[in-house]
Amino acid sequence: MTEPAVELISAVKNYGSVEALKGVSFAIERGSLVAMLGPNGAGKTTSINLMLGLRQPTSGKALIFSSDPRHTTTRQRFGAMLQESGAPELLTVRELVDLFRSYYPHPLDGEQAIKLAGLEEKRDSRNRDLSGGQRQRLYFALAICGDPEILFLDEPTVGMDVEGRRVFLDAIRGFAAAGKTVLLTTHYLDEADEVAQRIIVIDRGNVVADGTPQEIKSKVAGKKVTFTSASPVRESDFEGLPINSSTLSDHAVTLMTSRPEEVLRELFRRGVDVNNLEVRGADLEEAFLSLTAAGKQ
Amino acid sequence: MTARTLFMQTRAEMIKFWRVPAFAFFSLGLPLIIFTFFGLRDATQTISRDSAITVGTYVMASMAAYTVGNVMVFSFGMALAIERGQKQDLLLRASPLPPVIYLLAKVINAILFALVALIVLFVFAHFAASVSLGPQTWVTLTARLLLGSIPFIGLGFGFGYLVSPNAAPAVINFVYLPVAFASGIFIPVNQLPDFIRSLAPYLPLNPFVQLGWNAIGVSTDRAVSTDVLYLLAYAVGFFALAVWAYRRDQSRKFS
Repeated sequence: MTEPAVELISAVKNYGSVEALKGVSFAIERGSLVAMLGPNGAGKTTSINLMLGLRQPTSGKALIFSSDPRHTTTRQRFGAMLQESGAPELLTVRELVDLFRSYYPHPLDGEQAIKLAGLEEKRDSRNRDLSGGQRQRLYFALAICGDPEILFLDEPTVGMDVEGRRVFLDAIRGFAAAGKTVLLTTHYLDEADEVAQRIIVIDRGNVVADGTPQEIKSKVAGKKVTFTSASPVRESDFEGLPINSSTLSDHAVTLMTSRPEEVLRELFRRGVDVNNLEVRGADLEEAFLSLTAAGKQ
Repeated sequence: MTARTLFMQTRAEMIKFWRVPAFAFFSLGLPLIIFTFFGLRDATQTISRDSAITVGTYVMASMAAYTVGNVMVFSFGMALAIERGQKQDLLLRASPLPPVIYLLAKVINAILFALVALIVLFVFAHFAASVSLGPQTWVTLTARLLLGSIPFIGLGFGFGYLVSPNAAPAVINFVYLPVAFASGIFIPVNQLPDFIRSLAPYLPLNPFVQLGWNAIGVSTDRAVSTDVLYLLAYAVGFFALAVWAYRRDQSRKFS
């Protein structure tokens, strides 16, 4: 087996008394496009920071091409787009790209990097004058301009509009198609599903699932059903239904399920009074709450 | 890679500096304004009956020391604090740029910027106050102030990692301006209150400005070698502070 591009080995990270990562291990093959998925505070950014050498594991190891990510020579093999970071505000896109290119031994052509990030029209604008989405694309340009072998992207599409996001995901796919390794974090299941070949689901500092998008989707409750009921609702009303979790408070009911039609059909058949019915896609946070709650029962 | 990286990094630092009007004003403009207040009155008269040094020349040397110190402490320290505040250090830390190159580029830029500020001041003093020195004296004055500014690079570096970006301008001015006054840069030390007068020789800007005065031929209180020794001691102290502050900042963010 070839050496993996990135590895976390039993990585534990504590911030004071907070356990951000509780012993995470995974290896990422060269040339793969992997998404780390999880709700806010799950440990995604901590994992990325360990891999980038921005943080040191309390125990365990983080390796890039089997070496310490803090070494300059290792750093020259990856590019990173961080969630919270800044670049000099008074420099233009082109100036920043050229500056970052000078950090790498065999960088991309500057214009090419700007084009890949879709910033041709903004090449002479100062960083300060860019919109949120454009700034994300600038950070993407800075991450790829050194032509690195691995690309780390922490929540790259935050602040982008639909069109910007589409262009951006295309760029990531293009980068991966050139044989590069890409690891991105997101809290959108559909985004992970759209670009990644493999999804690592992380929650409360642990890997809770790791597999292809199909495998992951089948495990996650997709819909949130809420309604109120004039008559009291009991736990027993939901017996045998395909639901991941339920909360009852007085007359308000919230259900997490991947098969809402079946659940509702059965509830009507059982004569449960249903008012103010609402069925909507669960956001990931809710889906994971149900996933981890189900795991505990 | 390193030479090109250093070149590009220094170039970027310069562009950033010149695009901040406030830095350019405080570094280049303010010394000229202060020079106008203190140096243009009786500019061509000598500072005392038994001296050949004109008031204009004397004040120019004082302002030259003020200017160089100001660039090192204020502009350099502020830039570090601001960039830290904008989390630029995070992105750089994730990039292959070695921290040494980042800091070195800032130091080179600060020295070049101080040199430009000195030249602007000298040209202004020459035309506005008829200051005229021999070529060797100009060079000695410039070289002494640039070399003597090393402790202030350390101080700026320390400020940059100790002070929050919002507080930086206030804190740095609060420290730098009174020390400049107490060191005799604006008003001669013998016109200051007694307790400051006794303190003055031990303040970091005093041996620094004396190097400048001595270069233009003023007979100073101490031997130049003593001033150099004082500055060396301050350099060691300020750099120790800077390294401590830097390490503290790094261990908070990156451990």
